[in-house]
Parts: sequence; structure tokens; C-alpha cells
Amino acid sequence: MDGIDTRALVSAPTTANEFKGKVDPDWCAGCGDFGVLNSLRKTCLDLGLKPHEILTVSGIGCSSNFPGFFNSYGMHTLHGRSLPVATGAKMANQDLTVIVTGGDGDGYGIGGNHFTHTARRNVDLTYIVMDNEIYGLTTGQVSPTSNHDMKTKSTPFGSVEFPFNPVTSAIMNGATFVARGFSSDTKHLSMLMKKAIEHRGFSLISIFSPCITFNHDNNDQFFKPRIRRLEDENHDTNDWKTACEKAMLWGDTIYTGLFLQANDRPALGEQEPVLQKGGALAHRSLGLSDEQSQKVINGMM
Amino acid sequence: MSNDQFDLSIAIGGAAGQGIATPGGILAQIITRRGLHLNAYNAYQSIVRGGHIFLTIRISDRKIETHGDRLDVLVCLNQDTMDRHLGLIGPGGHVIFNGDKIKAGDPKPGVQLCPLPVAELSNKSRNKVIQNTIALGVIIYFLGLDFKVLETALTARFKSKGEAVVDENVNTARTGYKYAEENFDAYAQPIPQGSKPLALWTGNDALAIGGAAAGVKFYAAYPMSPSTGVLHWMAQHARDLGILVRQAEDEIAVANMVIGAAHVGCRAMCATSGGGFALMTEAIGAAAMMEIPVVYINVQRAGPSTGVPTKTEQGDLWQALGASQGDFERIIVAPQDALDAFSTIPELFNYCDRYQCPGIVISDLLISEGTFSVDPDDINLQPHIDHGEIITSAEGEEEYLRYKDTESGVSPRALPGLEGHVHVAATDEHDQDGVLISDEFTNPIKRRKMVEKRARKLKNIAKEISPPKLEGSANSEVTLIGWGSTYGVIKEAVEQLADKGVTANHLPIKWIVPFHVEAVTEILSNAKRTIIVENNYSGQFYRYLRSETGLNVDGHIRKYDGEPFAPHHIVDAVQEQLAGNTDYSVPTQEIMV
Repeated sequence: MDGIDTRALVSAPTTANEFKGKVDPDWCAGCGDFGVLNSLRKTCLDLGLKPHEILTVSGIGCSSNFPGFFNSYGMHTLHGRSLPVATGAKMANQDLTVIVTGGDGDGYGIGGNHFTHTARRNVDLTYIVMDNEIYGLTTGQVSPTSNHDMKTKSTPFGSVEFPFNPVTSAIMNGATFVARGFSSDTKHLSMLMKKAIEHRGFSLISIFSPCITFNHDNNDQFFKPRIRRLEDENHDTNDWKTACEKAMLWGDTIYTGLFLQANDRPALGEQEPVLQKGGALAHRSLGLSDEQSQKVINGMM
Repeated sequence: MSNDQFDLSIAIGGAAGQGIATPGGILAQIITRRGLHLNAYNAYQSIVRGGHIFLTIRISDRKIETHGDRLDVLVCLNQDTMDRHLGLIGPGGHVIFNGDKIKAGDPKPGVQLCPLPVAELSNKSRNKVIQNTIALGVIIYFLGLDFKVLETALTARFKSKGEAVVDENVNTARTGYKYAEENFDAYAQPIPQGSKPLALWTGNDALAIGGAAAGVKFYAAYPMSPSTGVLHWMAQHARDLGILVRQAEDEIAVANMVIGAAHVGCRAMCATSGGGFALMTEAIGAAAMMEIPVVYINVQRAGPSTGVPTKTEQGDLWQALGASQGDFERIIVAPQDALDAFSTIPELFNYCDRYQCPGIVISDLLISEGTFSVDPDDINLQPHIDHGEIITSAEGEEEYLRYKDTESGVSPRALPGLEGHVHVAATDEHDQDGVLISDEFTNPIKRRKMVEKRARKLKNIAKEISPPKLEGSANSEVTLIGWGSTYGVIKEAVEQLADKGVTANHLPIKWIVPFHVEAVTEILSNAKRTIIVENNYSGQFYRYLRSETGLNVDGHIRKYDGEPFAPHHIVDAVQEQLAGNTDYSVPTQEIMV
């Protein structure tokens, strides 16, 4: 925008509380999402980000209420549509740090097509999915990540479908940063979030974030004894095959951590010639120059 | 041809893959370079090879709005074309065809059959589409043009393929020209020369160029006939004009990507056809709720469902009116022709930006895929741009309210990235500060206030947009009402009716929402006999007119066979209605394409 005021009026927050939004979370007491929210506040503090430099985009669902509880520019979009909205926003203003937040139903169910293609495009976004393996806001129906046999209101006799694996899917779809976290392990989460935001390209952090109200199968008690961090085992983040093998484990051992990071593939914005000079698209002057106008007319003659 | 006007239509028919586009394109360029007006309509099917393609090119020395009623020259590239269309050619017409392969039928009296001995004329050539090039030479001779004109055009067209290809094409065309010179008669009235060269565009080009002129910096699309031409133009010009073009995974992604781009400050646009538009509709409501200006274009084709992908219809009016759940504010406009489509885009963006709402453009295959001449001086590529109220200073005294309840309903926007104005834009109902009303207690007073705030914007838009005007004498016997792309054909029908002694005027409607109830009511209340012309079955605009004004009309002319109206369809229907035979006419399509 011509004439925009670029003076720094505020310094970066000095406490994580400065990343608190206008309202307090409406999540159930004990919801895993609190751990994710606190981790992101701390990460943004540690990275020295200012609230106005961040755009947090969500879809619809319990966890998609996130932008309201976080002090940054926010968009609370349609169910499943956070990724395309975020893609448009990032392309239009690459100076923004764009963080996408949402749940498993929003991202892996109704938004599954966008998940595939946003990963493939390697859009420079950080996608934080709070996976509680259930539809919470609609009071407890089966989700794409619900376990086989899981009893929910829409599968009262047990689900006969097998769950979606976000980590292996993201790797196969071409995401260049693929991690899994656990909402009760906030220190580890902050470490992953910091790396994800710094990564240039599409970053997924799929987080086990238990729903204490509607999912009694996959709660803290389920995860805590099973979770092992890849960071404790010398995992090679360049090795996509081992990453997939480890991501498939679902039993006594369930891995969290950074499965894959590929730095050899440019992010979408880095490949778009139109974005390479002239600053953010959104701030460029509107309309055509005399020279451009003449070129358009010449092409029609 | 009438005495005072040069008006000639050339039709080229064949199968997909026979190379109709190239001679058509060369001919169009020769004509517009000469300063003559052109209106071309290509009838085709959704196949890459085979089927029946029929390109009609109408040429005139004055502005023409339709591809006309009549064919003067028929070029048959296959037997099918001869069999289907020979009967349409009247006295004075010419039928050009490969005499070696195509058997002529029985022409009407006065029609000159022009068989070409293609094998004999082309014994030295291996050009696969040789009969097209020979036919082009024949047409140029008929038009009374020097062969040099064609030689120049062919050279320009093929120079990138090397001298040998240029020579082959020029020599082949010359054999056609010479053969015609020796065996056929050229038109008595040679093709005139216009005052200056004209430009050539399709309606889709016009929509895209309108976007570029408006300052669109983000364009997203999923390919869908007949809207894909907009994507092609944008992709081709993206780098020169600094436009970011993305082909997305589906129209849902498209509709939401443009919202993201527009929210941070870009002018963003997308185009699709009815099926894709159906997928976009939830997002259109989201743009309205978050008060983000975006332009969505629906290029109608014959529906429903996959429908008839390559045929035209005005069948999506109610889809546009009902696009997205709930009550919300948006602008809907149906441009009248290519030039109008071009200039509508920047105008619509100004309204959308100032009133922070989505805009919907209803085009159709007839406008979007038609090829038209245009005076380059009529194309204003640097129109007035009004980006609306955008806060650019980080300093503010009070707490910033993104959705401030103002008298106009418009709340100044702060774009993400600006300090001191952090807020959330939500598709949930929200208060002035952007906080969801369902986050606390779903306060009915707040809900009512925000509904009314947004609604006030539409009332103000209505005051700015020009109301429809009656074209022609208010005293006419008949008032023809149309909307969108029927503008040109009704205009020409009115002229033809005048020649037959029937006075008719024309009320073209372009702005659908907001609708100018008072202006339309006043005009129609004073009309003697009102007839609505629509390219659909159920009278979509008629029902809308009734719902908005309570007025009834005296007659209907509807066409829903996939093909557009020709002027005589309307003329004949008006005459049968004036004779008291009916008040409901469905013209028959004569050209079987």
C-alpha cells in the first residue's frame, strides 16, 4: 500500500501473555488444545515475532476457534477451507508469517483435498493440526483419524473404517517439514513449532490433542506411556522411508518429533517469478502502466 | 447484402481436428486489420477430435452485435457439413468444397457451387490441411482482395515455423486464389476499407483484461468450459503484468484462495462455469460475512449438472441469486457484450472495495467464447480505481474496530501487517471488534445490529449504480425486455422490426442486484406491450422481475436448445405475438450444430 506507515510503534512482546487474544478459550477444562495454544504463544515470543506480523488462519471446529484466543491478525474461515485461504494470503503478502490452525475433521476430512495439494505445492505455511480423533464441536462423531472399532455417536457399534495417517500422507504428498507432537509435551511442541515456522515451505505439525469430553480411548493416559520422541533416537530427518515406517507404528510405541525435513525443494513463493521483486503483491500499486497497457493492446491487433 | 451496408457471413464447417481455427483466425485478422467489424461464433462439442464444428464469421462495415441471420459463404471441410448446411444457403451464396472428396447436394436456385480440385491443385504439397488453405485463397478472391493481403497474413502466422512452411502455405493459398480467379466470379461489391485497424478479442479476453485494468494481482481458477479462456489469458500475461495466477485443485480452493489474497489487500478475481460456481457458493457467503471484496465470474453454459458443456444458456440467474446460505450483501451484474464485460470489471471492483462485499458477474458462452472486433480506443486500460477506505497509518487513538457500526455500514479496513490494528475476521457472526458473538452469549441485539450494519451497505450501492434505460422511442408498440447477453440480438431485432413497420423499444437490464425497482417499474408501467426475451426455459428473469416489482408482462420469447438467439427469431416471435397468435414463443434453431 502506498503511504503505509512502516515505523515500528511497538516492540516485540516480552511475555507470552502478550499473545493472548481478546477472549479466553471456550475449550473444556483439560482440553489438549490449551497446551498447543500456550506452546505457540511461547514460540512466537522466543522467535521475537510481533502480533501484527502474524496471520493465523483456521477453519471450523473446537480447535479452529484458535485465532480468537491468540493475539495476531486472524481469519476464522469456513469448515475445511483454512489452507486455500492461507495460501491466497501468503501469496499476496509473503512478509506475513502465516500459521494455520485446526483439527482433524477440518484438515483431514472436509479439507483433505486442500491438505494434499497445499503440501504438494510446498506453500510456506505452518500447519498446526490439533488431532483429537473425534468430532468434538458436533458432540462426538467418528473422525478421519478415529481408530478402527471406535465407538462414537455416529458409530455406536464401532467404526468399520481405518484411520488416515497424516504424517505418511503429508510425506507422500510432498510436504517438506512433517512432525508430530503431543499437547502435554509443550516444551517439545515449542521446539517443533519454532523449527516449523523457520522452515521455508509447507510445515505440518500434527498434534495429539486429546478431547477429554468425547474421546475416552485416546486420552493422556493412553498416549503418555506409548510416546517416544524421535529426537531421543538419532532419527535421520532426511530419510523419508524410515520416517514413514516410524509414523505407521500405532501400538506400544507411538512416535512424536520431526519425521522429515527436506530443504532441497523451493517453496511455492520462491518459484513464482511475479513475487521475486516489487514487494508484497498486496501493496503494489493497482492498475497497468502505459507500457503494460500498450502491450495488451498490441497483443489484440 | 443490403444496399447501404456491407454485411457478409462466412461459415466454415468440419470435424474437430480438421483445422478450422487457423483459417478462421487468419480471416478474422485480415478483416479487422482492414478496419471492418467482425462477430464470430463457433459452435462445437466437448470433444477434441471428430464431431461437428461450425464457425460463423460475420463481417460488416458498421458495428455488429450478433453473428446474424444468414450465411453467404459456406466452406465445407467434410461431407457432413455439406449435408447439414447446404439448404441454408440462399441466392447469391457460394459453397466452397473439396470436389474430389465431397459430393455436392441440391442447392437452392442462385447458389454457386465451387468445387475445388484439391488433388490437382496440391500435387506438390504435403500440407495436411491443404483444403483449408486453398479455400482461404478462394475466399480472399471472392472478397475482391489482392492476394498480397493473404500472403502477408500467412507469412506473419507461420514465420516462426520457418521459410519452408511459409512458402508452402503461401503457394497453396495462391493456387486456390488463381483457380477461383479463372473459374468463379468475385462479389460485385468488393469488401470495403474501414477507417482504422480494429483489435480482436473474445469475451473471456475482455473479462481478463478488465481484471488486469482493475488492478487484479491474484487470479485463481480451475479449468471449466466456457470460462477457461480467462485463465488462459491471465496465465499468458501473468509475468508481464505482475499477476499471480494459480490453478487450484478445485473451485472450492479457488473461491477461498481469492478470499485470502483479497483479505490482505490484493484485488483478486476468479472465473468458472455453473458447476464450479456451485462449489464456490459457500465461500461467497464467507466473503460477505468477513466483508472482503472479491469478484467471482460465472460464465454460464447449458445446465443443469454437466449439462451441455459447449453450449450457451442464461440458466444460472437463480443460482447466482441463491449463491450461499443466509441473507447477505453482494452485487450481481450481467454484462451485455464483450466491451461491456471489460468495463464492468473495474467498475464492479470499485463498488466491491468501497462496500467490502463480493461481486458476481454473470457472463455466458455467447459472450465469453465469441470473437469480436473492438476499437482499441474504446478500451480504457487505465480506468478510475477506488480501493475503498483502507487504514494505512499504524497510529490510532481508540481501540480499532474492524466491523465498526457506522452510518454507511462501511467499516474502514486495516490490512494484516499493519501495527496497532490486529483483529480476527470471522465467518461466524461477530461483534464490531471481530469477536464471535457465540463466544460469550449469542446476543440477539448484537446479531440484529450486525445484520443491519451489513445490509445498509447495499442500499447505498443502489444509489450509485446507473439504473437501466429504455432504448428507443417510449411510444413504441412493443417493449422488449432482456438481460445480459441478449442485448445485441434484441438491438438488432428492433432494427429489423422497424424495417417491417413495427415500432419496438428495448429495456436491457444489466445490474441484477441491487435491482432498480423504481426505474424499471416506471418504464414498464408506461409500456404498451411488454415481451421478455430469455435464453432459458423457465423464464428466470421474468420470475425475478415479478418478485422485485410485482409486474406481469404480455409475452415471452424463450430459447433453450443450447444455441443463442438470432435476430430473426425475435422478429418472427414478436410478429406472431402481435398477430394475436400466441403470447409464448419458442423459436426453432435452423442451423443444426
